[in-house]
Amino acid sequence: MNYLLGAFKPACNVLISFNDGKNRKQVPFKKENGQTVTVPLFHSQENIAGKITIEPMQGKKIDHNGIKVELLGQIEMYFDRGNFYDFTSLVRELDVPGEIYERKTYPFEFSTVEMPYETYNGVNVRLRYVLKVTINRGYAGSIIEYQDFVVRNYSPLPQINNSIKMEVGIEDCLHIEFEYNKSKYHLKDVIIGKIYFLLVRIKIKNMDLEIRRRESTGSGTNTHVETETLAKFELMDGAPVRGESIPIRLFLSPYELTPTHHNINNKFSVKYFLNLVLVDEEDRRYFKQQEITMYRLQETS
Amino acid sequence: MMIDGTEDEEKFLAAGIAGLQQNSFYMHRALDSNNLRDALKYSAQMLSELRTSKLSPHKYYELYMRAFDQLRKLEMFFEEETRRGCSIIDLYELVQHAGNILPRLYLLCTVGSVYIKSKEAPAKDVLKDLVEMCRGIQNPVRGLFLRSYLSQVSKDKLPDIGSEYEGDADTVSDAVEFVLQNFTEMNKLWVRMQHQGPSREKEKREKERNELRDLVGKNLHVLSQIEGVDLEMYKDVVLPRVLEQVVNCKDELAQFYLMDCIIQVFPDEYHLQTLDVLLGAYPQLQSSVDIKTVLSQLMERLSNYAASSAEVLPEFLQVEAFSKLSNAIGKVIEAQPDMPTAGVVTLYSSLLTFTLHVHPDRLDYADQVLGACVKNLSGKGKIEDKKATKQIVALLSAPLEKYNDIMTALKLSNYPHVMEFLDVPTNKVMATVIIQSIMKNGTRISTSDKVESLFELIKGLIKDSDGTPDDELDEDDFKEEQNSVARLIQMFYNDDPEEMLKIIETVRKHILTGGPKRLPFTVPPLMFSSLKLVRQLQGQSQSQEENPFGDDASTSPKKIFQLLNQTIETLSGVLAPELALQLCLQCAEAANDCELEPVAYEFFTQAYILYEEEISDSRAQVTAIHLIIGTLQRMHVFGVENRDTLTHKATGYSAKLLKKPDQCRAVYACSHLFWVDDHDNMKDGERVLLCLKRALRIANAAQQMANAARGSTGSVMLFIEILNKYLYFFEKGNPQVTVAAIQGLIELIMNEMQSDTATPDPSADAFLATTMRYIQFQKQKGGTVGEKYEPIKV
Repeated sequence: MNYLLGAFKPACNVLISFNDGKNRKQVPFKKENGQTVTVPLFHSQENIAGKITIEPMQGKKIDHNGIKVELLGQIEMYFDRGNFYDFTSLVRELDVPGEIYERKTYPFEFSTVEMPYETYNGVNVRLRYVLKVTINRGYAGSIIEYQDFVVRNYSPLPQINNSIKMEVGIEDCLHIEFEYNKSKYHLKDVIIGKIYFLLVRIKIKNMDLEIRRRESTGSGTNTHVETETLAKFELMDGAPVRGESIPIRLFLSPYELTPTHHNINNKFSVKYFLNLVLVDEEDRRYFKQQEITMYRLQETS
Repeated sequence: MMIDGTEDEEKFLAAGIAGLQQNSFYMHRALDSNNLRDALKYSAQMLSELRTSKLSPHKYYELYMRAFDQLRKLEMFFEEETRRGCSIIDLYELVQHAGNILPRLYLLCTVGSVYIKSKEAPAKDVLKDLVEMCRGIQNPVRGLFLRSYLSQVSKDKLPDIGSEYEGDADTVSDAVEFVLQNFTEMNKLWVRMQHQGPSREKEKREKERNELRDLVGKNLHVLSQIEGVDLEMYKDVVLPRVLEQVVNCKDELAQFYLMDCIIQVFPDEYHLQTLDVLLGAYPQLQSSVDIKTVLSQLMERLSNYAASSAEVLPEFLQVEAFSKLSNAIGKVIEAQPDMPTAGVVTLYSSLLTFTLHVHPDRLDYADQVLGACVKNLSGKGKIEDKKATKQIVALLSAPLEKYNDIMTALKLSNYPHVMEFLDVPTNKVMATVIIQSIMKNGTRISTSDKVESLFELIKGLIKDSDGTPDDELDEDDFKEEQNSVARLIQMFYNDDPEEMLKIIETVRKHILTGGPKRLPFTVPPLMFSSLKLVRQLQGQSQSQEENPFGDDASTSPKKIFQLLNQTIETLSGVLAPELALQLCLQCAEAANDCELEPVAYEFFTQAYILYEEEISDSRAQVTAIHLIIGTLQRMHVFGVENRDTLTHKATGYSAKLLKKPDQCRAVYACSHLFWVDDHDNMKDGERVLLCLKRALRIANAAQQMANAARGSTGSVMLFIEILNKYLYFFEKGNPQVTVAAIQGLIELIMNEMQSDTATPDPSADAFLATTMRYIQFQKQKGGTVGEKYEPIKV
């Protein structure tokens, strides 16, 4: 952000506060410099209202060509650094050009703001919402202040949520059948399932269930795909024999998951996979990957 | 694996312990500061040490125990945590976040234990969840230990009858279900161990498996401790399920151990009531399983149970325990054709013991057992296997020990058939055992039939087995055996003379087949028991005062004597002339007492013939002649003529002995033949004196011979002995023995003793001194005796 100008010679303090700041839920937010701060949480269609206070430094006055506040939804691609793409941009003019001698407060409100996408912080891409206050000063450069906030959107319970059931194998070597109770999980869900061994001719050492996130950015030839393993959960220790069935119970809450994102503004997609990995005694890996859909469920509490 | 496995193992263990201690230290710190997250983190890290594959079960156990102690503390912490308001359900979820499965499951079991205690969920649900989740560990060693941990923490929280965890939703069947499932899984893991790893380490693996078996067996123990497992539940659920697992696992080690376990942990009463099911499993086991031991143990338990109280016996009858066991054994043997003979016999031996305990009154059962055994052994010939023969001896000894009575054993018709399978030495051992049993209990065998069957049993001792050379047999052992047979013969007795005679005839028939080596041992007892019968008859006839020895009577002494005569003849034929002679004389004396002159004469004749023809050893002759003289002296049945013949012969023999001193002694002994105290017609003083004088002459000759041969006169012993004879007859009133003769003899002795050439002989001196003192004593006695002695000067 353009702190430099303000930090160099802060002519005034700009303070952005929300009307319901005290009651609003705060969530941790990782800033791009690595620091984690807590910021307020909003949902789509909410009113975003508050006050902006401008307080000039002692004995200074600010000449300005107008003050405005913007609500921006931005997508930033890391390979295209510095280039923001605004998919949402709302503006409120706060003041006509003039001078500020003393502390001055401007209320603002964006009502029922459409914020279809969730805040997302990925490997190659970032989607963020921010309030941007600009004090226009023609000659000395504008004073700009940002306030991040997080948007999360709840999904309803899916109408159809089939289990994932599959039989896979390598002929005369390994044959298993596995089942996950659902194909769509909310972020605090539990994956229940089992693996049934139909044929085991290899010496298995252990079996893990991995949660993998695949983030693809850009489009066409310019597509970047990044896959991360977010969870590695050991399901089985030792070599099973034919007929064994191994239970799966994986709580998703400890992991930092996000909902599945499909082609957000033609910029990026985030998909989740369950990867069942069997490792044999020679450390060969046998795996089968299945996509699952993640969604955010309205927390009841 | 490595070149020096054990040393490396120690290193791995030490490293494991160090890691465990370090993490448990951090865990404790977290516990002290009530930091749940850190506690979970460090406990999971601590438990990660248990993920090692490098330790043998033995060492792994060491590590496990340390972790176990730590988990106890953690469990207490969890309990406190819930008391502080932490939801147990959250805790239950929280521990499942651990990424590694083994620590996760240990923690889950630990929290699960607290969960059940909290009663926030039905115990059965938690238990079911735990036992299901544990499936994730498929490594045998780690799985076994984990599940044994589960079993350990849950065993006091089962929804048993009367337990605080019992409720509407939780019944004892849930508890049973849980334990059974854990048992099944553990057994599967245990069985699987043998297939893992290279085959060259099979032996080592078997050893390791053996070390782990109690972990599996513990579950059965837990089952047996569940209050609610009553007979019905045991019968309907527990046993079938356990057996199913045992049979299906198809593993030798497991089947053996678990069958044994079942028998040991559950009450005998249950076994009795489920015999069908239990026994049904045996034939289905692997053929390599040592069924005999297990089955024997079952029967032993049941036997002890039966012995414990008479009240339970009806139960045995009710369930037809005997026939079931008997059938089962048959089936097992059929199913395992390779079972060694020893095994077969062991089974029957156990069954027999069982039968004897449970149905002591049903001899037919015992006989059936033996019969079945015979059937199974038939076609195998003599059994050479040492173990098998040992078992047969045990089998055959069982009825003897139980009934303490050979008579019962004799009623078992298959008993001798079983004995036939024994090789010769063992057969003898068994026969000896039988005899010892009879001796110990003092059993009298009172009919010839029984004697007959008894001899059938011990025929190994009675005669040489066909074609088997006896050469290798130890002389002492042989004597021992035959002595016991001799003792046995003494045990045959019946008051009824007729039956007794039959017995004697039977015995005779058998022992005569014994061959030359045995007869010297077996004939004498037969003779004596026959003579005993003779005396008994004699006693009876005297009291009844009827014509005692009518030839028409079936049992007459005459007849017996005829029998004895023949018997003795066989003995003389086998080079035991001395013994034959002794027996002849015994018979003669007995005949004497029965007033049977011809018989007595006949025996004497035989004795003389034996002496003349068979006894050539000079020492034996001396002994024999003294016996003849002694016996003859007591005979009163002979007429003058017969007596004269016999005494004349005896004197003649005496004079013909080889050594002079022997001659001398025999001759002076003969003097008694002419002087029998109670019979006046047998007092012939002249011939007495003749004998004594002759003895003196011989003594003189002996003295001279000694002088000539060695240059010194021998002992005066003979003279002193003769002097004593003189004194004896003097005192008895033989007119031919005079004071002058005695006086002369004393002087002679004195001279001899004082002569220069005499060799000093302290015993002779002492003897003489005593003799002299005797004379003095008689003198001082006064009366007629004193008067008589008066003239003798000392």
